[in-house]
Amino acid sequence: MSTMENHLIFERSRAGRSAVAQAPRAHAATAIPANLRRKSAPGLPAASELDVVRHYTRLSQKNFSIDTEFYPLGSCTMKYNPRACNSLAMLPGFLNRHPHAPASHSQGFLHTMFELQEMLKDVTGMKAVSLAPMAGAQGEFTGVAMIRAYHDARGDSERREIIVPDAAHGTNPATAIMCGYEVREIPTDESGDVNLEALKEAVGPQTAGIMLTNPSTVGVFERRISEIAKIVHDAGGLLYYDGANLNAILGKVRPGDMGFDVIHMNLHKTFSTPHGGGGPGSGAVGVGERLLPYMPVPHVIENGEGGYRFATETDYPETIGRLSAFAGNAGVLLRAYVYMRMLGREGMQRVSEFATLNANYLARELESAGFDLAYPERRATHEFIVTLKKQAKELGLTAGDVAKRLLDHGYHAPTTYFPLLVPECLLVEPTETESKETLDGFVEAMAAILEEAGRDIDTIKASPHNLPNRRFNEVAAAKALDVVYQEPRDDEGEPAPRTGTSG
Amino acid sequence: MPFIPHTEEDIRAMLDRIGADSIEDLFDEIPKELRAPALEKVPEGLNEMAIARLMQERAARDGMASNFIGAGAYEHHIPAAVWQIATRGEFYSAYTPYQAEASQGTLQLIYEYQTMISRLTGMEASNASLYDGASALAEAVLMAVRVNRRSKSKKVLVPGALHPDYRRVIHTLIGNQGIELVEIPFDETSGQTPVEALAPFADDDVTAMIISQPNFFGILEDVDALTGWAEQREIPVIAVVNPVSLALLKPPGEWGSNGVDIVVGEGQPLGAPLSSGGPYFGFMTTRKKHIRQMPGRIVGRAEDADGKPGYVLTLQAREQHIRRSKATSNICTNQGLVVTAATIHMSMLGDEGLTRVAEACYANTHALVEKLAAKGIKPRFTGEYFHEVALDFGGDAASRVQAMADAGVLAGYELSRDYAQLDGCVLACATETKTDADLEQYVTTCEQAKAA
Repeated sequence: MSTMENHLIFERSRAGRSAVAQAPRAHAATAIPANLRRKSAPGLPAASELDVVRHYTRLSQKNFSIDTEFYPLGSCTMKYNPRACNSLAMLPGFLNRHPHAPASHSQGFLHTMFELQEMLKDVTGMKAVSLAPMAGAQGEFTGVAMIRAYHDARGDSERREIIVPDAAHGTNPATAIMCGYEVREIPTDESGDVNLEALKEAVGPQTAGIMLTNPSTVGVFERRISEIAKIVHDAGGLLYYDGANLNAILGKVRPGDMGFDVIHMNLHKTFSTPHGGGGPGSGAVGVGERLLPYMPVPHVIENGEGGYRFATETDYPETIGRLSAFAGNAGVLLRAYVYMRMLGREGMQRVSEFATLNANYLARELESAGFDLAYPERRATHEFIVTLKKQAKELGLTAGDVAKRLLDHGYHAPTTYFPLLVPECLLVEPTETESKETLDGFVEAMAAILEEAGRDIDTIKASPHNLPNRRFNEVAAAKALDVVYQEPRDDEGEPAPRTGTSG
Repeated sequence: MPFIPHTEEDIRAMLDRIGADSIEDLFDEIPKELRAPALEKVPEGLNEMAIARLMQERAARDGMASNFIGAGAYEHHIPAAVWQIATRGEFYSAYTPYQAEASQGTLQLIYEYQTMISRLTGMEASNASLYDGASALAEAVLMAVRVNRRSKSKKVLVPGALHPDYRRVIHTLIGNQGIELVEIPFDETSGQTPVEALAPFADDDVTAMIISQPNFFGILEDVDALTGWAEQREIPVIAVVNPVSLALLKPPGEWGSNGVDIVVGEGQPLGAPLSSGGPYFGFMTTRKKHIRQMPGRIVGRAEDADGKPGYVLTLQAREQHIRRSKATSNICTNQGLVVTAATIHMSMLGDEGLTRVAEACYANTHALVEKLAAKGIKPRFTGEYFHEVALDFGGDAASRVQAMADAGVLAGYELSRDYAQLDGCVLACATETKTDADLEQYVTTCEQAKAA
């Protein structure tokens, strides 16, 4: 192994070296006034093209990814991202289109976005769709902001509260606060459904709305959704659908038909756009009749002459406004479009069918291997929860331990410690693109860990062992905060001469 | 079945294991009356060859006009290696690096990104990025309100020469927080925001102030004077900057006597294609003392059980998945993949490459102005500019811009869209991608459009 294995790109730098073929020819100095000029160079890396390519290729190899490992991360829908979606979204005509190019030079793009809106309307049962939000959390913000605009427009401004189940994603309560609302949490009952009695007590003239995920974050379908919708609507509130789990029901049941007034979809989950190591996402929103006037701009509409254009504030005077400088994560939207067209009508249903088949199969197999399901009497949806409450008590084996040991077996860990209400939980989502053999291999690894815990818990506690690093001291890292690299300095305060050999 | 690997045999065996007769049985908890009707608007599936044909036709329809529009999104050359590496499956198809040991590639890369963008802006700390420049500014305003606990007014000074869509986005995103956004007018001659325009607020309780460099018109502001005014009153300053310009311009960390408090901007010019407006990324840097008020993911250096260095997500107690309703923001994602590209892009260019890009942008835009001046089209403002300029096309600007587009040149952004007093003005930008021939083509089509 090379001595430079762990080095930063800055440590690979050599003064005077550069990938000069990548830069334009040098120009004469500019006439920028001296007081506005930069005095010293910023300190970006000085490296050759090969240095850079090798460094980042090697770094990539330190990642787990869908393309390299099974990644059953609950709530995140880590399904295969088809390569065609990427290459077709990166056609030069799409990459080079400026966001302010005139509509006359944008019909290919606008037509595609219009069709995407129409397809998303169809699969969600909503009246209109905006593609503007740049991520799920921004979609949530958009939805709740529209709920607020609706109440405000009616002069119904005493509604101050958003109801959120205790199992909800953290973005839900954080979003409600960003929209200027207060949050009221309600409990989940022992079968995983919303506690209806608590809901009835919680609603009132102060209720602006409720934010729900269905299937919920505990991996079961909320069976009394129509009753919930009635309770909230009767109290004058609106229903917000968090589309995190849309993969479970695609083509089977639609949020619009369940009574939701506004929804967001995570295109990077259900419609297989890449997670990219933490983004970009895309959080398209769908609205029902009541919220149409408040939709964010821009979104694509027909221009009345057989073509398309962006709707603006002029078309939507009551809009909640703009969410980004331009029109959202267009490149992500193109990928989602290609994905939907490749799957087609019949493929939409297959997504939820095989995601559900895989989850239920995996749940039963893990149960047989000695693990406890949090809701054994319920159908799993596209995901399910294993609780290690018993193993934690008897063997000292926690959810976090299983997660780390799984990495040694070559599997990415399921989501751990979410939702918060199930102790020592693993939220497992296999997705529809994984084969039976992969699931069987994962069960074998889980069984091996359980067996190992009975005889050698210490090895598990110290895991992972087979990765570039072992467990980190995160507390120390947060205390001695180091978020920006500093060049080593010698005693005179001058940068130390760079030593080391090439990688 | 596209992307679904199950054989008939697999399906049978799995259903048997579950104890269900059919896949349909697995949906038996969904009430019958809610079941979805047949889809109407999703067409039948296409194979890869057919969808490729369709997308190629669509992409080709939008043509390859010569683009001189900037207005917040800039055409730059991106080295081939940047996206080839960024779209390696290990970067492309990984999730947020919550399992640090299995995500050292993404984590180290973000640490390197944080270092590069901090150095470029002259600041001490950075997050892992936000959605885009405009939403990053909205987050910066919220952060400044948290930082300035002394102020009670929640009054924020916003230059009128700030990108108009940034102003709209802040309004959307923080409109329900009781924050008052007060507009500072620009000088109609120079296009600058004069320090005198701040005089009416000299004795007010101001919570934060925004400075844009260059401003929306491409004009260079007297950032030291503006920052100095705020420093005298202990008002936190938020800088909005173009990262490419920082190869030449004084970094916000050095503005005034002590530098600004928060820097944000659109990261797109650092390796993201124009791509109809996204995905881009918003960068945000700050001083170390404010880091706990910063929104978004942050990567820190750590040691593992063997004392070996590595990288982790740190200070997560600020974030929504831990703090829920008390988080600094509802933001969850960063723009990971685009930041990956930007980090590789900055590594490829280095100081020298980025400086050459900035100088070439400056030179090309100034050369365009010179050529047009000879034909009677002059800049609207007198102030010094970087790589973007408001050109006074006169009364027929709209028809001329459309005629130029039809002739294959996208002339710029019409400022009358946002500024009634700038009717007839077109904001144009000539980056390093433009050759002398491209500049000539601009001038020729512009003249022909007038004649027509």
